[in-house]
Amino acid sequence: MAYSEKVIEHAENPRNVGTLDKEDPNVGTGLVGAPACGDVMRLQIKVSDAGVIEDAKFKTFGCGSAIASSSLATEWLKGRTLDEASEIRNTDIVKELNLPPVKIHCSVLAEDAIKSAIEDFRKKQSAKRGA
Amino acid sequence: MSLKFPIYMDNHATTPMDPRVLEAMLPYFTEHFGNAASRSHRFGWVAEEAVGYAREQIATLIGAEKPEEIIFTSGATESDNLAIKGVAEFYRDKGNHIITTKIEHKAVLDTCKRLEKEGYEVTYLDVGPEGVVSVDDVRAAMTDKTILVSVMLANNEVGTIQPLKEIGALCKERGVIFHTDAVQGIGKTEFNVKEMGVDLASLTAHKIYGPKGIGALYVRRARPRVRLTAQMDGGGHERGNRSGTLNVPGIVGFGKACEILNKEWREESKRVKALRDRLKDKLFAELDECHINGAWDDARRLPNNLNVSFSYVEGEGLMMAIKDVAVSSGSACTSSSLEPSYVLRALGVEEELAHTSIRFGLGRFTTEEEVDYVAKLVVDKVKKLRDLSPLYEMAREGVNLKDIVWAAH
Repeated sequence: MAYSEKVIEHAENPRNVGTLDKEDPNVGTGLVGAPACGDVMRLQIKVSDAGVIEDAKFKTFGCGSAIASSSLATEWLKGRTLDEASEIRNTDIVKELNLPPVKIHCSVLAEDAIKSAIEDFRKKQSAKRGA
Repeated sequence: MSLKFPIYMDNHATTPMDPRVLEAMLPYFTEHFGNAASRSHRFGWVAEEAVGYAREQIATLIGAEKPEEIIFTSGATESDNLAIKGVAEFYRDKGNHIITTKIEHKAVLDTCKRLEKEGYEVTYLDVGPEGVVSVDDVRAAMTDKTILVSVMLANNEVGTIQPLKEIGALCKERGVIFHTDAVQGIGKTEFNVKEMGVDLASLTAHKIYGPKGIGALYVRRARPRVRLTAQMDGGGHERGNRSGTLNVPGIVGFGKACEILNKEWREESKRVKALRDRLKDKLFAELDECHINGAWDDARRLPNNLNVSFSYVEGEGLMMAIKDVAVSSGSACTSSSLEPSYVLRALGVEEELAHTSIRFGLGRFTTEEEVDYVAKLVVDKVKKLRDLSPLYEMAREGVNLKDIVWAAH
C-alpha cells in the first residue's frame, strides 16, 4: 500500500515526541490500544490554569499511519481549550492524512487517545478539588 | 560498486530473473513461437523439443526418474490445487483423510478447507516453536482412511525445513501418498524426490530466478504410480493431467533456471548464508531484545532466511522507516485482515512479538555492501522507533506490559 505524502512526512519527522510527568496534576495521560493488536498510543496534554492545552506529547507503537495520526493530533491540540480539543474527530484526521480505509482504525485510536487524556486530566482536577 | 535503491531483500516473495534465463527464453517469444502441441510442422516440433529439454533439466534437479513425471502448470498454487484435489478425487474410494500442517502455504490450506466442505477430513498438525513438524505427530494422525500427507519442504515465512525424508519413509510404509510444496526450498537445501520418497512436488520458476506464471507438479510414475483426476478440462495436454497450451518461453526459462541451480546451488547457498549470518550478527550486536522466529540451526533453516522480531517496534512502522529496503512483516498491518501472521501464531509467537517481526530474504544478487547498508539502517531506525515507543519506555521503567489491562480494539 502506498502512503500519502503527509503520512510519510509525519512518520519521518514526528512532532512532539516525548513524555510529560504523569504525576503532574496539570497533565492528562491517555494510553490506548493494545500491543497484541499492533497499536499502542500514549498521548499527554498539559493544561494551563485557564483551561488551555499548552503542551502535548506522544509516543506510539504502531504503523506509520498510527504514528502520523498521533503526531498530527498533538499538533492540533496545542493552543486549544479542552472543549475545543474534544471536538477533534477521527474523520478530520483521516481527511488531513488521506488515510485509506484499512488505516481508519489508526485515526479512531488517536481520537480515543485525545478523549482519554482529557478524561484523565478532568479526573485529576476533580480529585484535587475534592481533596 | 555503488548501491542501487531500493534494495531487494524479499526473495521469498519472488526473485529477479537471472539474465541467463532471459537469454534462453527470448527466441521462444519470436523465432520459435510454435505451439508445442502442433505435431504437423516444424514450428511445433521445435517448441516440443524445447519443452522436452526443460522437462529433463527440471527432472534432473529434483532427482526424478523420468522427464514425463514433470507436469507443467501456471505456478505452484495451481500445482498444489492439482495435487491435493486431484489425489483426493481419484482416491476417494480408498479414503477421505488428509494430513497437513498449520504452517503450509494458503494454496495448500485453502485447498484443504474446500475439500473439508466436500466431506473430506483434514488434520492440520501443530508445529512447535521451532517451526518444524514432528514425524511422530504425522504417524499418530494416520488412520486407515488417510490417503494423502502434504508437508512443505521449507516454510516461506520463517524458512524452517521440514523432515521430508522421514515423513516420506513413513508414507511408504503406510501406503499413503506424499505431496510437498517444495517452492521455497529448491536450490537452497537438499531436495531429491527419490531419496525423500516424495510422490508429488509443487514447483515454481519465479522463486528460483526464472519467470513468473510457470510452475510444475512432479508426479511419480513408478513405485507407486500416482494417479490424479485432472482439474482442468480441455485438449488433454500433459498426458491428460493439465489441459492448456504450454507456455513454451516460460518452460524454457524454468528449465534454464533449474540447470543453473543444479550447477551452482551449493556454492550459492554457502555465499548467501554467510551474508545472512553477517546481517544477523550486525543486528544482534547493536540491538537488544531481538528474537529469531523459528529454528536457527543450518539443518532446519534455509540459508537465505532471517525472520526476527524487534520488540517494541511495530513491523509496518519499521518497514516504512526503511522504505528503501524491500522486506516483509508478519505484522497485521501489512494484510487487509489485520490479523498477524498465522505462521508465527502456529509457532506460538505471542501476538505482541508477531507484530514486530520482519522477514529478510536474501538471494543470488544480494551483495555484502547491501547487507552492511541494511544492517546499519535497521539498527538506526529500530533505535529511533524505540525512542518513539511507549512500550519500550514502560519496559525500561520496569513495567510488566503483561500486567496492564489493554483494551483490545
